[in-house]
Amino acid sequence: MTDETVDAGWFQGIDPGDLDAARIAIEEGQADEPDDWPTMAVASGFADDEDEYYERLHEATMAATRAAVQEAESADDKQLIHAIRAMDDCDRTANELAERVAEWAGSIREDAGTGVEYARELADEADSEGDDRLVSLARRVRDLDDEAADLRTHVQQTAPEVAPNLAALAGPVLAARLIALAGGLKELARKPAGTVQVLGAEEALFAHLRGRAPSPKHGVIFTHEAVQGTHPENRGSAARALAGKLAIAARVDYYSGERKPELDEELADRIERIQARDTQ
Amino acid sequence: MSLPDGVQRRPFDGEDVLATEGQPVYGEPAADGWRKWDARRSKLGAMLKTGMDTGLAGGETVLYLGAAAGTTVSHVADFAGATYAVEFAARPARDLLDAAEPRGNLFPLLKDARKPETYAHVVEPVDVLIQDVATRGQAKVALANRQFLGDEGRLLLAVKARSEDVARDPDEVFDEVLETLRDGYEVLETRSLKPFHEDHLGVVATPRTDGQ
Repeated sequence: MTDETVDAGWFQGIDPGDLDAARIAIEEGQADEPDDWPTMAVASGFADDEDEYYERLHEATMAATRAAVQEAESADDKQLIHAIRAMDDCDRTANELAERVAEWAGSIREDAGTGVEYARELADEADSEGDDRLVSLARRVRDLDDEAADLRTHVQQTAPEVAPNLAALAGPVLAARLIALAGGLKELARKPAGTVQVLGAEEALFAHLRGRAPSPKHGVIFTHEAVQGTHPENRGSAARALAGKLAIAARVDYYSGERKPELDEELADRIERIQARDTQ
Repeated sequence: MSLPDGVQRRPFDGEDVLATEGQPVYGEPAADGWRKWDARRSKLGAMLKTGMDTGLAGGETVLYLGAAAGTTVSHVADFAGATYAVEFAARPARDLLDAAEPRGNLFPLLKDARKPETYAHVVEPVDVLIQDVATRGQAKVALANRQFLGDEGRLLLAVKARSEDVARDPDEVFDEVLETLRDGYEVLETRSLKPFHEDHLGVVATPRTDGQ
């Protein structure tokens, strides 16, 4: 923001007919304090009278808000799906390559370790005698692991914007996974709770439908503490209760976008009651 | 308690309810150009219905924070003058646009009410500040936006206890919000919005001019 635009009305320096410029001024402009903009706009010749000023203001705020809404909506669930998938890809690939690094290192070094942690150690080594290809590969693993961490941070920041209630109930990463598995927030909002419960367990579900296996109790929501923290005997109940609340949260997020903290409380109550059975 | 010009009690389905004159927005019942203003769907409607002295006379300039889908702010624009509607979330703002389309005096803004500097270049000083934001720190939002209100202006605030803290006793939450609010406002009246809204407190206040 340049100094000239601070404390100037949105109409300052704008041709009255230039709706694009007006839209940008409303979206990006700033002022420390409000001022009698209608009078100033008339005095500066932007409008002949206040009525005309308000007409232009209405037109400009409609255009600015419409554009901002459109931008916000296109930046949301589909972008989040790409981010969570990229994060999972980076994680998986880092792990696979770390195994390769460990196997390779094991053939030439006595102190070889395993996993991404070992690849990181190796990556931090200065280029050394003859195994620079191995060290270089280890650095790819480190970079991929860093990228996965950055993507995770990004998902944690954006999921609450896309789906505030779902992110609060499920945690941002699981919320993003559910949206990705459903194909979008709209698609998730339209799914019954029973489907939300087994998202990510499709293989087990189809095996069950063909009569070869028991019905799956949970899909990706298994990672939620409400399920994991519940005694195995009651996990089905916990998963069903959780899925029910998540389905409601997704609908609130898609259809209203308003944060409803009471959902958190209702879920906590339900899970507490289910977990209380463990000790009986 | 007198209602602002442009707001009337009218019979709908045999019941006397508030109504404003304007185009229907969300499928509410309407007759003779008047549309039902449901106090259960609107905190400001509930404040009027419970007889709070809002000071609204009709025709004033308004800054409305937390406009959401435009349910209440569309009624406000029916009886007020220039009405600035600030909403933070994109999804409800899409519906707000539909409510604003036929109302030349309603100006929708997709902005964060916690950052008044991002809309002070558009919003003029107003007579009335109406606030219905479902966020933690509702008193702070009111203080940050005090600069839009003239000395004689009115703040009409709906405090939602659950937005501050779901777990705490609503009365405690209300006391704390009012205490913070008094840093910049003189509170004129408070009233529970039951039975229309659970755990909501309606507040009428005016800017403090002493020792600022």
